[in-house]
Order: sequence, then structure tokens, then C-alpha cells
Amino acid sequence: MEREGASPLVHLVIILTCLVWILPTLGLLVSSVRPAHDVAATGWWTVLRNPFDLTQYTLQNYREVLGAAGMGRAFVNSLIITIPATLLTIGIAAFAAFAFAWFQFPGRDALFLVVVGLLVVPLQMTLIPILRLYSRLGLAGTFVGIWLAHVGYGLPFAIYLLRNFFGSLPADLFESAFIDGASPLTAFFRLALPLSVPALASLGIFQFLWVWNDLLVGLIYLGGSPSVAPLTVRLSTLVGSYGQSWHLLTAAAFVSMAVPMAVFFALQRYFVRGILAGAVKG
Amino acid sequence: MRVSRSWTWSFVAPALFFLGLYLVYPTLATIHTSFLDRHGEGWVGLTNYVYAFTSPAMRTAFRNNLLWMVVFTTVTVGLGLLLAVLTDRVRYEGVAKSIIFLPMAVSFVGAGVIWKFVYAYNPPGANQIGLLNQIVVALGGEPVGWLLEQPWVNNLALIMVGIWIWTGFAMVILSAAYKGIPKELKEAARVDGASEWQLFWHVSLPYIQSTIAVVATTMIINVLKIFDIVYVMTNGNFGTEVLANRMYKEMFQFRNFGRAGAVAVILFLAILPLMLLNIHRFRRQEVER
Repeated sequence: MEREGASPLVHLVIILTCLVWILPTLGLLVSSVRPAHDVAATGWWTVLRNPFDLTQYTLQNYREVLGAAGMGRAFVNSLIITIPATLLTIGIAAFAAFAFAWFQFPGRDALFLVVVGLLVVPLQMTLIPILRLYSRLGLAGTFVGIWLAHVGYGLPFAIYLLRNFFGSLPADLFESAFIDGASPLTAFFRLALPLSVPALASLGIFQFLWVWNDLLVGLIYLGGSPSVAPLTVRLSTLVGSYGQSWHLLTAAAFVSMAVPMAVFFALQRYFVRGILAGAVKG
Repeated sequence: MRVSRSWTWSFVAPALFFLGLYLVYPTLATIHTSFLDRHGEGWVGLTNYVYAFTSPAMRTAFRNNLLWMVVFTTVTVGLGLLLAVLTDRVRYEGVAKSIIFLPMAVSFVGAGVIWKFVYAYNPPGANQIGLLNQIVVALGGEPVGWLLEQPWVNNLALIMVGIWIWTGFAMVILSAAYKGIPKELKEAARVDGASEWQLFWHVSLPYIQSTIAVVATTMIINVLKIFDIVYVMTNGNFGTEVLANRMYKEMFQFRNFGRAGAVAVILFLAILPLMLLNIHRFRRQEVER
């Protein structure tokens, strides 16, 4: 691609910003593999004097946070919470989005405006009534309760994104299918879904990261009990109880970030595409 | 296309059920609760709102949310735009953008731990283990308790974490808009003798202004709801309280559902104009389709 050329100042600004953005994470990563007394006594940057001296690194911190500190259990909980919450949201949203895009029914446009409005409702507005309902139904502190909550909270964005994508598919495609006698279900499964794999992937990554990284919903509906708490909730508890034990906090934080970072590096393109499609265009 | 009512319902009913149960019903119920006492039973009129607008803790929260809104929105949009324009000119654009975008993938809790470590404080004379204080000391200064010095230092330190997370988001959207400016437009301005600076102000900026507005709206909505960063890093102590964290405290620490409801409603009312703006934008965009 043709570039318009850059002065040294441009390079300086970009490189400085990149340093500010990457050094905090690098510090976390380095500290998480240093022995406790080193982390407490000297800054993480001291390893840079001799970065290849492997004797200064250890995996002990990870052993400790995954075991005794409960981050291993929390990791499993996060997977148990995130995977069904993601799949359910996409499934339910896809059906609704298809109807909003291609079916004609009274009140369709008004209903969709409501969905657009619900996009920005603060979760705080919903916590008290749902928690009360959950206490009555015995859903507080259960995985089922949090799956359903994440579906509810994730749907507006999911429907919005998919409806816009389905709507951009060529109309002739569906019209001719209907004339040929295809049922709405066939059109949905045989035409719309296969043509929407990129959009579904973007949405899947989005919802996955959203649920994985969520703190508030987990905190409210699951509580702090280690048997069900996801990584974010567990990590925030550790911040309170470990205080200045930076060797453990850094390792625990990295455990909570490993999956999102892997997803990010492997699927960045879809992630970006989802962000671009999700912003309400001006 | 026309389909029978039963088809329509079987496609949309599950979604409507969830939206109704998890968003519409609780929103109405919370408005109701905000007029009730701490157990959510007896009617107390506007008492909770009087508390919300007069108590010192809530005043601090309002002030901080306002500070967050101004600083966070200005910097994420401004810096995002600057980076979108500048990275367009260098060959390592992809790498630079990935680095700046990466924090979007990690949780606010994780980001909170990362930055708490950056801000770590040891008394003067001891080895600093926090990066920021090490830099300050190396430059000949005294170490600073970044999360303790109120009201400016610690609030700005928290806002920096938000900026670190969200700037990449602003940059990615603005970069896509910037790249969408037709080349001919820029060439024509250059032929007419416009400097790069004039080109930016009089051609590029007007061309992408609606995208800037969208990004700014998104940022304001995000920042009004800000919770995780404050909860993890200071829990609202030392004058860093924000509305969402206050709501959580009223609900779980003080068990006062009426007050918690009122704080939530205030948050909702603050976001409402932006919600209407979004709906308005969406309708205009549909007309143009």
C-alpha cells in the first residue's frame, strides 16, 4: 500500500505510545515468573540486565495460584460459564435477527428500535429485581442462572449485529428460495447461516470475551463462593486478600488473561470486523 | 417476505422472552424500587433521591464520573484519532495497532492488577518495584502514592487505566473511517497547495466527523457505567468513588435496595439521552439504506 511518508516525530509518537501500552503487561508477565523475594526486593526490569539467565525464573507462582489460590478451579468455572453462554446467545439471536431482517410482521420496526434502545441500558438497572427473582427460584449461585443472565444481557448487541448482516445479504436469494417452496427454517439453515460464518465468528469472539472478562454479573449472581466463581471474581478477591504479594497477583492475573490473549492473537481480524459492524454508524 | 404468524413467533419469541425478563421488566422494577425503603417494601417517596443528590459520598461519585467523562472521552477519542492518522503513514502499522488494541481483549480486573503494579509504592530510599515510581525516582523525584493522593492524582491514575483499555477501540474505528476518505479528495487539496495540517482540519476531519461522534457517544456510555477498574483498584476509597461502584456498595455492603435503585435510575437517566440519540441515528441510517 502507498504510504504518505512519516517524519521522525511521527515515529517517535507511535513508538512512545506503543511502549506505554506494552510495558505494563510485560512487567506483569516477567514478575509472574520471578521468585517471591526477588519480586518484593527489586523491580522487574532488573532481569533485563541478564534476560537469558534462566536461573532467575520460576514457575512456582503459577503452581501456587492454580492450586492453593483456587485459580485452577476458577479457570474451569470460567469455561463452564462462558461456552454455553456464548453458544446460547448466538443461537437465540440468530433466529430473531433473521426474522427482523427478512420476515414481514406488524410492529417489526418498532420492536427493533426497542432492541437498539436496550443496547445501552446499564446492567445496574437490572441487578436488584433479577437477584431477588433468582433468590426466590434458587438460581442465585448456579451456573444456569448466570448462563441465562448473560444471554439476556448479550442479546441486544447480538441481534443488532446479525440483523444488519443478514439484511445485507441479497434479497433475490431468499425470494427465489421462497418461491421454490423453501420453508423459513430451510432458508435460515441452508442460506443465511452458511453465508454468515464471518459475522457469526465475530459475534462469537465478542460474546466469548465479554462473558469471560465480565466481573459484575458474576459477582452479583454467583457471589464469591470459590466453587462457582469465575477467574475475574476470584482474581478480584485475591487482590483484596494478597495485597502486596505481587508474585502471586501477577501470576493470577496472567492466568485470567491467557485465553483472551490467545483468542485475540489468533482471531484479531474477526474481532476488529465485529467492532466495526457493531458501532451504530453516523 | 410474508410468513405465517407461527413462523414469526417461533423465531422471535425466545429472544423477546429474554429481553423482556432480563432488561425490560427489571428496568421498570428498579424504577419502582427506587421509591421504596431499604428492604424494597414501604413507600418513601423521593427520600432515596434526596440522599443520592446530597450525601457527601454521592457528591464525590458525581464529581468523579464527570471527571472520568471529560478526561477519558477526550483522551481516548483524541489519541485514538491521532494514532489512526499517524499509523496510516508507517510501514509497521499492523504491529503498532495490535499493541495498542491488545488491552481490549483482557478483563478490566486483569488491567486493574497490571496497573496497580505499575503504581506500586515503596517509601523513599527503598527500591521501587512499581515502574512509574522507578521512573520518577530515576528523574530525581520523590516516589508518589499514585492511588492515595486525592483528588486529582488517584482519579487520573484510574482514568489512565480506562484510557489504556479503550484507546485501541477508538483507534480501530477511526482508522477504518480515515482510510475510507477518497484519495482524490486529498490529492485535489494538495494540488491546491493545502498543507498536511490544513488537509487534516479542512478535509479529513469534516469527512469523518460523524464517526467521531459515534465513537465519542460509545465512550461516554462506557464511562458512565465504569465499575470494575474502581472496584478492583481502590474500591472507591480515598475519594475515588463512582456511581456504579456506589450502587454495588448500597446493594451488597449496606443492603439498601431503595438507595441502590435510585443510584441505578440516575445512571440510567444520564444514559437515556444517548440512547435516544442512538435510536435517532439508527433510523436515519435505515432511511438511507
